[in-house]
Amino acid sequence: MSEIADKVKKIVVEHLGVEESKVTPEASFIDDLGADSLDTVELVMAFEEAFNVEIPEDAAEKITTVKDAIDYIEAQKAA
Amino acid sequence: MLQSGRSDLGRRRVVVTGMGMVTPLGLGTENVWKRLIAGESGIDRIHAFDPSELAAHIGGEVPEGPTAEGKLTISDWIPVKDQKKMDRFIHLGMIAAAEAVEDSGWKPESEEDRCATGVQIGSGIGGLQTIYDASITVYEGRAKRLSPFFIPSALGNLVSGNVSIRYGFKGPNHSAVTACATGVHAIGDAARLIMLGDADVMVAGGAEATVCKLGIAGFCSARALSTGFNDRPKQASRPWDRDRDGFVMGEGAGIVVLEEYEHAKKRGAKIYGEVVGYGMSGDAHHITAPAEGHEGAYRAMFAAVRSAGITPGEIGYVNAHGTSTMADDLELDAVERLFGDEGRKVAMSSTKSAMGHLLGAAGAVEAMFCMLAIRDGVVPPTLNLDNPSRESIIDRVPHQAQERKVDIALSNSFGFGGTNASLIVRRV
Repeated sequence: MSEIADKVKKIVVEHLGVEESKVTPEASFIDDLGADSLDTVELVMAFEEAFNVEIPEDAAEKITTVKDAIDYIEAQKAA
Repeated sequence: MLQSGRSDLGRRRVVVTGMGMVTPLGLGTENVWKRLIAGESGIDRIHAFDPSELAAHIGGEVPEGPTAEGKLTISDWIPVKDQKKMDRFIHLGMIAAAEAVEDSGWKPESEEDRCATGVQIGSGIGGLQTIYDASITVYEGRAKRLSPFFIPSALGNLVSGNVSIRYGFKGPNHSAVTACATGVHAIGDAARLIMLGDADVMVAGGAEATVCKLGIAGFCSARALSTGFNDRPKQASRPWDRDRDGFVMGEGAGIVVLEEYEHAKKRGAKIYGEVVGYGMSGDAHHITAPAEGHEGAYRAMFAAVRSAGITPGEIGYVNAHGTSTMADDLELDAVERLFGDEGRKVAMSSTKSAMGHLLGAAGAVEAMFCMLAIRDGVVPPTLNLDNPSRESIIDRVPHQAQERKVDIALSNSFGFGGTNASLIVRRV
C-alpha cells in the first residue's frame, strides 16, 4: 500500500471511529462507515490539511469512497 | 394566565419521575446529594486552564476520574468520534440526561409514545469554549478549515437536539436561554407543555460549561466573580456572609424527567414530587443588577405561590438563588416580604455555597435538591455563612444540614437581563 493510501486510511479510522479492517478501498464513507454529510466535509478538510492539497467543492462531492480519496490525492501529488 | 396546578381545577398534574445531575460534587444524583448534605465543597483552583493572569483563579469543575467513583470519564458516555461534534456543555447535558432517563424507566417504543415525549434542555450561554477556539481558527486566516461541527457544537439548544436523537423522543423540542434562570424556565415551561397537552413526558433542565478562560475573564470584567479567596477556594462562595465578594463559577448539568401524573401512575413509575407552581417576572431595571428590595424576585415568587394555589406559609424550604454577591440581601428582602411573620418557620439555603453557580444548569439542579429535601426530610446547608451581613428571622441553615420535615419547597433563579423564575414542588 502506498504511503498516501496508508495515511488516508489512518485519517478515516481516526475521524469516523471505525475499525481499521473496515476501511477497504471500496468502502463508502456514508454507506459503509457510518459517516453523515458533515462527517464527509470534515474528512475532506482533514485530507487537505494532511496532504497540503486543495480539494474544491465539486471534486469533494465526488469523493465518496476510500479509493476516491486516495486516487484524487495521488493525482494531485503527481501533477 | 394559568391559575392553578391543582387537579381539582381540571388541569393535568405534572410529576418528576427521573433525575440526573453532573456537578462539581460529582456525577449521579444520590452521590451529589450525599456529599452536599455532608457539607462538602466542589470548589477548587481551576484545572481546565492556567487562570494566573485573571483576577479569579477558582471555580467549580466536574471532577475527572472513574465513572464508578462518581467522577467524569466522558468516553464512558459519548463515543470519542462524537465528542468533537459537541461542546463540553453538551457532553455534560447528555450524561445528566442519560441518568435521568434511566432513572425514570421511560423508554418509549411506539411512535405514539415517542411523539408524546419531548425535550426542553437549555443553556445560559452555550458552547463558549467552542466559539473561542473557532474564532482563533478564523483569526489565523484558516476560515476554510473551520469544523463543519462548529455551529451544532456551539448552539444552546443542541443538548435538546442530541438527547432527542439518542432516545428517539419526537415530541416538542425546545430550549430556554435565559442566563442564570435557564434551568427553572426550562422545567417550568416544560411542565406547562405537559399541562396543556402538548406532551405527556418532557426531559427538561439545563447544562453549562463556561469554566473556560473566556467565561471567567468575561464575568471578571463584569465584576461578578469572587477574587479575594483565590488561596482559600472552599471559602469563596459564602452567600449572605459579610465577607462575600462575588460568585464562583461552576459547571454541570441538571435534567429531570417530567411526566403527566396519571401517565406515571399507570406505568408504576417512582414519583419524586409534583411541580405545582411556576412564576416569572422581569425587572425592567438594569442588565445585571436587581432593583432595590428585588421586587422582581418578589413578583416571581408570588406568581409561583398563586399558581400553586397555596399560601407562602405552607412552604418549608427555599433554595435561594443566593450567588454570594451583594444581591443576596436583596433576595432576602423579597423572601422576607413574601413570608412576613411566617418566615420564622421556613428554612432557606444556598447550595451555590458548595458548588458555585452553574448558570443555566443551576435552577435545574437546585429544583432537584428541593425534591430530595422533601423526600429525605433534610435541608442542605449554606456553607461559609460565618457572619451574616444582616440578621433575619429566616433560618439560612449555616454550615450544617438540618433535619426538617418539608412538604412544599420553592426554588429561585434570577438571570442577567432582569429575568426571574420561581418553581414550587410538593410531596405527592
